[in-house]
Amino acid sequence: MSLNIDHVSVIYPAADGRPPVAALSEIDLTIAEGEFVVALGASGCGKSTLLNLIAGFLSPTTGSLTLEGRAVSGPGADRAVVFQKHALLPWLNVLDNVAFGLMLQGVGKEARTRTANDYIGLLGLDGFQNSPVYKLSGGMQQRVGIARALTCDPKVLLMDEPLGALDALTREKAQELILKIWGETGKSVFFITHSVEEALFMGTKLIVMSPRPGRITHRFDLPFSRQFQSGTPARKVKASPEFIALRETVLNIIFADEEALE
Amino acid sequence: MTLSPPPKAPAKAAANGAGIRARLSRARATKPGEIYGVPGQGNTFWLSVASVLVMLFVWWLVTALGLVKPLFVPSPQSVLAKFVQIWNQGFTNTPFLEHVSISTFRVFSAFILACLIGLPLGLAMGMSPVMRGIFDPPIEFYRPIPPLAYLPLMIIWFGIDETSKVLLIFLSMFAPIVLGARSGVKSAAIEQIHAAYSFGATRWQVMRHVILPSAMPEILTAMRVGIGFGWTTLVAAEMVAATKGLGYMVLSASQFLQTSVVIMGIFVIAIIAFAFDLLMRFLERRLVPWKGRM
Repeated sequence: MSLNIDHVSVIYPAADGRPPVAALSEIDLTIAEGEFVVALGASGCGKSTLLNLIAGFLSPTTGSLTLEGRAVSGPGADRAVVFQKHALLPWLNVLDNVAFGLMLQGVGKEARTRTANDYIGLLGLDGFQNSPVYKLSGGMQQRVGIARALTCDPKVLLMDEPLGALDALTREKAQELILKIWGETGKSVFFITHSVEEALFMGTKLIVMSPRPGRITHRFDLPFSRQFQSGTPARKVKASPEFIALRETVLNIIFADEEALE
Repeated sequence: MTLSPPPKAPAKAAANGAGIRARLSRARATKPGEIYGVPGQGNTFWLSVASVLVMLFVWWLVTALGLVKPLFVPSPQSVLAKFVQIWNQGFTNTPFLEHVSISTFRVFSAFILACLIGLPLGLAMGMSPVMRGIFDPPIEFYRPIPPLAYLPLMIIWFGIDETSKVLLIFLSMFAPIVLGARSGVKSAAIEQIHAAYSFGATRWQVMRHVILPSAMPEILTAMRVGIGFGWTTLVAAEMVAATKGLGYMVLSASQFLQTSVVIMGIFVIAIIAFAFDLLMRFLERRLVPWKGRM
């Protein structure tokens, strides 16, 4: 099972006298089962466009996307999305937010409550089932969002800067939590971030993207999340010479891109 | 490289630093528990109570000193006495509560009708460009016209009985309710909608479970605004061959220069409208406690 992106381009048509914009150009990417792919790049490099393509919110101008051999032709429950923010439903409590996807799919109340409670426990939200989501902290809201995405047992988890709005400490804890859950569920993940350190720590594969046109310029295979999973503490992983060297390499690429834009 | 010093503020401002103008033009440090610089924060309840008491006192003082003739401004006690008299004996052979109930019936039947038609129509206009294209021109055309202007048409088309009265009030509420529901559709964040679709939701489910609940605050506000328009139109509606109702009471009393009845009627309308508004605010707190919080 895998997600295949084959020669995909997205060109926004000309508007208001401006020429057409190539948001994505000739993207080739495979996300294998259980792989954690992180996309990193300057703003405007098309990371979010790529995520919207995989989610099925956007159709490619040319090229094809297939999930397990079937063409992606719209949003579906096999690809769940975790958004940066504003995606929970404030009129529902934590339990009903987590069970929201199952409710939409017509799962009975008892069954969906049971499943939702499993994921609430997995994300460390036990005891908050009846809390209104708007009273939770940003970190807890994001965990509700992840639990909600997991309940429908998607094949791929799409995360659009899910930790971008969190403070630094909460963010590091959330990174470890996501890795733990990824290890336990074995999902494929496509993860967007602005943080080089986060990208290196979390992914098994890193794609660095460049703008105008949006394209993949570099690919790296990453060992660090596996090291963390086999028991090395996160801080130790992030302090290792290989990690620091790769961080500098990637930072150089990204700064060069930013400068080229100015 | 040396940086030039920042430009000096004009000397006047510095001289007035501790003066009254500076104090008034800058926010003071807040008390603990408040947030610095939030516009208009603070409890107004007791100030409002004082404001009402002062107005009543001025009203009483002006009449007690005989500054204005009772024909123009009757005293508070004579308005109260009139209220007791009409409560006991009725007005033009109709009990007081019947005047109240017939007016309330007119306003609320128009309100329910406006909600039943206006809310679905507004939501449909928000959801569908076809519906918006069709219904936007007529609604925008009639919306700014004062109800008194099309009152004659209502009479010509629908006669002088209950239909034209309710319809006039209905029309005054209909536009704000439609527009409120229509703009409420935009309240849902695109992430919330995308989240629902990515769980495989149908368009109808997205409407029912995301767009409608997130439009609730605006819908409730639109209903509050709508019923306010309804009460303002009541008197105009009861100009038409009415023999009962609060608006009729005010109008016919004015023709006999019974100013105390006019003022009494105004107070009764205001109190009923205010009571309903309190109910709507209560509903708002119960139904959408999350309003503005996420």
